[in-house]
Amino acid sequence: MLEVRLFATLRQGREKVYHLDAAGFPDGTAVLDHLHIPKEEVAIFLRNGFHSPTDTALADGDIVAIFPPTGGG
Amino acid sequence: MEERYLRNLGPLTEAEQALLASKTVFLAGLGGLGGHLLEHMLRLGVGAIVAADGDRFTPSNLNRQLLATEDNLGQPKAQAAAERAAAVNPGVRITVVSAPLTAQNRDALLAGCDLALDGLDNLEARRILAAGCDRAGIPLVHGGIRDWCAQVAVIPPGSGLLDRIYPPHLSELSPSGTVSPVPAWCAAVQAAQALCLLCGRPAPLWGKLLAADLLHGEQEILPL
Repeated sequence: MLEVRLFATLRQGREKVYHLDAAGFPDGTAVLDHLHIPKEEVAIFLRNGFHSPTDTALADGDIVAIFPPTGGG
Repeated sequence: MEERYLRNLGPLTEAEQALLASKTVFLAGLGGLGGHLLEHMLRLGVGAIVAADGDRFTPSNLNRQLLATEDNLGQPKAQAAAERAAAVNPGVRITVVSAPLTAQNRDALLAGCDLALDGLDNLEARRILAAGCDRAGIPLVHGGIRDWCAQVAVIPPGSGLLDRIYPPHLSELSPSGTVSPVPAWCAAVQAAQALCLLCGRPAPLWGKLLAADLLHGEQEILPL
């Protein structure tokens, strides 16, 4: 099982946390596609607390945290 | 000590208050974040502020920008900053530039500054500012807002950590709305980080990002 945590505006129209069957999501891109999150809406992608590219490989038990760009002033 | 700073004592020592008066901060942007950042720097009693913003006030600024009033619509934000500084604390030397931060004016604006405060609203200018801070060898106190959310980080010079917050694949962001408590909250956290740095204390968000969701009352601190 993967745990996917969404933050800030990514929660709009989505849940805060998803639990996904790891077998169907070999990498971060598959998770983003499943949740309909465009790549340009991803600023920070953490796999088990480490900054990672969005296409990083995922494994059963991973925790993924995704933050969108927050750039207004 | 001037009476105006008496209530700073406790959180600050007299020596720290005196140290603040020897410091110069650069403030990039005088909008939602910048107006509040200016207010904090004035009331804390830094020695000098250099501020740059090329915009003028429009009615859509009134929902969140501290310096925007019905009376100064259409006027340069830099002018309003100078007037606010004179009204709140004329002891702070303020230099305002009514022009955007660019790669051409950046080094001159940052010269002699002890740190930079990010009150910008776009990625291009943030990247220019971060590169300038690297060249000047000073920390950047980053802030960003969107919707109900805010983030703050202290970026050490030469660390390249702004790229962790805004990876190179990100192009310019589309303008987004926010509400008054969000820039106020974000600027307060930025100002507290700046205060620590200016007083020679450790800044809790040095090399870290605090991401806050004011709608849900949640905060996360991430390593960068």
